[in-house]
Amino acid sequence: MTAAAVFFYIFSAIMLASAFMVIAARNPVHSVLFLILAFVNAAGLFLLAGAEFLGMILIVVYVGAVAVLFLFVVMMLDVDFAELKRGFLQVLPIGAVIGAIVAIELIMVVGAWTTAPANLIAIDAKAPAGITNTQALGQVLYTKYLLFFQASGLVLLTAMIGAIVLTLRHKVVKRQSIEEQNARTPETAVELKKVASRAGV
Amino acid sequence: MAISLTHYLVVAAILFTIGVAGIILNRKNIIVILMSVELILLSVNINLVAFSSARGDLTGQVFALLILTVAAAEAAIGLAILVTYYRNRGSIAVEDINAMKG
Repeated sequence: MTAAAVFFYIFSAIMLASAFMVIAARNPVHSVLFLILAFVNAAGLFLLAGAEFLGMILIVVYVGAVAVLFLFVVMMLDVDFAELKRGFLQVLPIGAVIGAIVAIELIMVVGAWTTAPANLIAIDAKAPAGITNTQALGQVLYTKYLLFFQASGLVLLTAMIGAIVLTLRHKVVKRQSIEEQNARTPETAVELKKVASRAGV
Repeated sequence: MAISLTHYLVVAAILFTIGVAGIILNRKNIIVILMSVELILLSVNINLVAFSSARGDLTGQVFALLILTVAAAEAAIGLAILVTYYRNRGSIAVEDINAMKG
């Protein structure tokens, strides 16, 4: 076995084991930590497949942002997680059966697929030799797939606005009221006091 | 033994299955359901990257990048909805989410 094969099996085994622990752990904090482990190992798999940029992005975006967001929410909400875990054993047979059906179907697909002959010739963006993965990805992302790139930016903008609007509480925020500002007159805004001479205020 | 495309596909298939089973098993805990969705999207990404590197075609990696974007947006919005819901109801049990039931 080559070193790449050894690492492939190590990364896959740890990733699948921690993915299993994500759905099986009693404490959601442990689930999130196992999710982080699964993503780190998936990044290793991406590196082995030659997608270095995506591997690094997986670590930056998922481990750095999404998983921390999950951890933050799990710790912020004071929820009785033991109560939520109740009934786990009742649905275990159903979950196992459905999981087994999906697994069998997927294994049948993986065992029997072939590529259509026309697709073997049609390569949309051939990976150029001699430059790094990041450079090659940039060369197609900013030219051929520019519109998709911009659309993903819009998706992120929508998500940001949506998350802010959903969680903002207006009571604690001082907002500008234009009607109130326009309705102000010298009578309501300025108060004149007669101060007695040499007496002070 | 060299690692072929099929190896990656099998790993992704198992990961997908774990994600689907997680949604069914933890149907009360919406946080774990969101994490299972992330696992499913990760398995899709592994498939795309494996095909991309096997075919020498960068399109798969561009697609995986877009899926990553959507997954991050989905997690942010889902957790924001969860926080708002918890503020209003004091619980995140999926069964209680029936306010819009006709």
